Amino acid sequence: MSRRPYVREVSPTSWYFRMPRYMRYMAREVTSVFIGIYTVILLVGLARLSDGDLAYQGYLAALRQPSSIVFHVLALAFSLYNSFTWFNVAPKALPIQIGEEFMPDSVVAGGHYVVWVALSLFILFWAGVF
Amino acid sequence: MSDNRMEVRQVELEVLRYNPETDQEPKLQKFTVPCVNEWCVLDALNYLKDNLDPTLAYRWSCHMQVCGSCGMMINGEPKLACKAMLRDYPGTIRIEPLAHFPVERDLVTVADDFMAKLKRVKPYLIPGQPRTLEDGEYKQSPEQLKRYRQYAMCINCMLCYAACPEYGLQPKFIGPAAIALAHRYNQDSRDGGRDERQEEIATNEGVWECTFVGACSEVCPKHVDPAAALQQVKVASTVDWYLEHFMSWVKK
Repeated sequence: MSRRPYVREVSPTSWYFRMPRYMRYMAREVTSVFIGIYTVILLVGLARLSDGDLAYQGYLAALRQPSSIVFHVLALAFSLYNSFTWFNVAPKALPIQIGEEFMPDSVVAGGHYVVWVALSLFILFWAGVF
Repeated sequence: MSDNRMEVRQVELEVLRYNPETDQEPKLQKFTVPCVNEWCVLDALNYLKDNLDPTLAYRWSCHMQVCGSCGMMINGEPKLACKAMLRDYPGTIRIEPLAHFPVERDLVTVADDFMAKLKRVKPYLIPGQPRTLEDGEYKQSPEQLKRYRQYAMCINCMLCYAACPEYGLQPKFIGPAAIALAHRYNQDSRDGGRDERQEEIATNEGVWECTFVGACSEVCPKHVDPAAALQQVKVASTVDWYLEHFMSWVKK
C-alpha cells in the first residue's frame, strides 16, 4: 500500500465565491477601501486649506461635482455597513465577565453604538451644524 | 399529525472517491441509498458501506457528536456526518473529504498538520509554581471555570480548519482550534504557561494570520467560538506590546 495524498488547491483569486459567508467577509473588507479613499480626500482638503483661500475654494467646488456627491453617498453607505459589521462582532473580542456571568453581547455592542452616536453628535455640534 | 420518521426514501449520494493506488485525481461517484428519514448522513454512509460498496473509506467512531472523527464536507459545508440529519437535505447530497486537508483515500483526510500544530501550542496545564501532592488539589471557583469552559468543549474535529479560508490559502497558519485551545489553557486559573504559548500563537503564523472571517465559529458543532478566542489573543498580545514598549515599568 502506497500513500499518495491528493492536495486540492485553493484558488487565491476566486476562493471567496465558494460560500456566501466568504462573500459577506469580502463585503466587509472591500467597504473599508471607500473609507480609505474618503480619508485621503479629507487630507487633500486639509492641504488645500493650508494652501490658502483660493485653493480651498477650488477643493470645495470639486466636492460639489455630481460624481463627488455620488462617491460620498456611496462611501457613507459603505462606511455605515463596515461600522455595523465590526460593532456587531466586537463582543467576541471584548468579553466582560462580571462575577460568574458574561455581559450579554447586546450590551457590549450597544456600548459601541452609544459611543459612536455621542462622538458623531459632538463633532457635528463642534462643526457648527446645530 | 402523520409520523413520517420511520419512512424509507431513496437518497441520492454523490461521494468523492479517491484511491491513491489507481486514481490520478478524486472523482464523484453516485449512489442511491434507501434511508430512513430520521437517519443522519453517517447512517447513510454506513448503509452504503455495509450493503453497496465495502471499499468506501471514511472515519467515524461515536455517532454522537463527541469523538470528532466524522467531519466531512456535506453539500460544500463542513459538518459532522453524525450531526447532519437527512431530513434537512431534500435533494442529492454531495459528500467530500474535509476541505483544506490532503485526501488520503475517499473521505479520509491527512490530519498530520493539525496534530503537529496542536502539539506546538502546548494544550495542557503548565503550572506556574511547582506543586507537590501534599499541597492538595487545585481549587477553582465556578467563575474561574467559566472563563475557559467554552473553549474546553473543542473535540478536535477540524471543521473550523475546513471552513477557514485563511488556512486554505496559507497552510502555515496555526489555525482556529489549536489557538482556541491555547487560549483555553491561558484562561485557566491553574495555568502558568502563557508565555510559552505566546511564543507560538502571538506570531505571524499564529493569530496575526487571522483576518476574522469568522467562518470557524459558524461551523463549530460544539459552539466553541474559536474566532472569539483568536480575537481575544490579539487584544491581549497588543496590550502586551504596549506594556513592553511604552510602559515597561508596569509589571505584567
